[in-house]
Amino acid sequence: MSTDVTAEGGHGAVPTGPEVPTEPRPARVRRDWPLYEVFVRGKRGLNHVHVGSLHAADDEMAVDAARDLYTRRNEGVSIWVVKAADITASSPDEKDPLFAPSGDKVYRHPTFYEIPEDVPHM
Amino acid sequence: MTAPTLERPAADEAALQEHFDATIAAEHRIEPRDWMPEGYRRTLIRQIAQHAHSEIIGMQPEGDWLLAAPSLRRKAILLAKVQDEAGHGMYLYSAAETLGADRADLTDKLIERMQKYSSIFNYPTLTYADVGVIGWLVDGAAICNQVPLCRSSYGPYARAMIRICKEESFHQRQGYELLMTMMGGSDEQRAMVQDAVDRWWWPSLMMFGPPDADSPNSAQSMAWGIKRHSNDELRQRFVDMTVPQAQFLGVTLPDPDLEFDAATGHWRSGAIDWEEFKRVLAGDGPMNAVRIARRRAARDENAWVTAAATAYAEKHGA
Repeated sequence: MSTDVTAEGGHGAVPTGPEVPTEPRPARVRRDWPLYEVFVRGKRGLNHVHVGSLHAADDEMAVDAARDLYTRRNEGVSIWVVKAADITASSPDEKDPLFAPSGDKVYRHPTFYEIPEDVPHM
Repeated sequence: MTAPTLERPAADEAALQEHFDATIAAEHRIEPRDWMPEGYRRTLIRQIAQHAHSEIIGMQPEGDWLLAAPSLRRKAILLAKVQDEAGHGMYLYSAAETLGADRADLTDKLIERMQKYSSIFNYPTLTYADVGVIGWLVDGAAICNQVPLCRSSYGPYARAMIRICKEESFHQRQGYELLMTMMGGSDEQRAMVQDAVDRWWWPSLMMFGPPDADSPNSAQSMAWGIKRHSNDELRQRFVDMTVPQAQFLGVTLPDPDLEFDAATGHWRSGAIDWEEFKRVLAGDGPMNAVRIARRRAARDENAWVTAAATAYAEKHGA
């Protein structure tokens, strides 16, 4: 076979060789609806958690689509949607210098303090 | 997420590659804004996009039976299943977009046949027994493929797969239950099930792709943690799982060479017709033209709805 065909097409083998184009064609990219990130509260007492994204024309449509897409089996009691363009993020890289200041402050953790074992309720 | 990030000084490429390699080696996940090699990113887009396309096209063979379901119960089940396939496609397009792909552009590439979908969906569904056999064999094979992907090195893909795998279990079980019901029915119904098994067995085995010897670049995908098991390993796992299920059901798998190898504990299947696989993948299957034509019609005939919603949102200042 001239190209790689791997089983990891989910529902079956598909070509994954370099002849398959991947990059969006700038002139062709359609006036798509904005991208929304979706957050779902699984049940009362839990935080909203990011579950994925979708495209919608406006906020209301985004909530309706998020319900259909991410809560078909009672996965949530509350949904937040926010335009992806409105999110400002740090880099998630673990070695990011943004997180360096907390790296050397071991005294912020309870295990930093040595207390004799016979002190009760500590 | 495609969110803007705060300004950071750029690290040099060798250090970035080293950090990427270390993350993969430690079995940690790569996340969207991490630096990653271009080959890794492109391979993922190809795989995720084509997986998404397979889910979307996969709605059609079973969707053909929605209006002819034999009972309200079966219709409700089939509706839920077809809706799940749409959802799976959306989760995956969402993951592809975190890599810089564009969803509408991916759909265009599918319709223009620049990107492919699984060849299994180019076969027709001739009777309602096909609905059951697709759930049992096709979704069963998909589960074999997909469960290892829950540990894929790319975070958004792995998370989408966890969600999908939970739902595939319903798909497989409803199919097997449907077949058990038919096997407990009339001779005619039993014959329908056997006929469907005869038609779907070999295409299901082909779902795992060509033999390992014909997959020259698999090693790179394995090293990147995108691919977890070889095509032949996954196919063997599927055969071993499925033969006892066929025996319980009371159907015959259409392979005279299928036999149990006591030494290894595996079922050995006969030779697969890879010429057929290549033909169908290249576009010469029974249903290729129909599948693409319908996807194209869905895009084009619904364009006015998209335009109307956009106009409404603009007018109301969304």
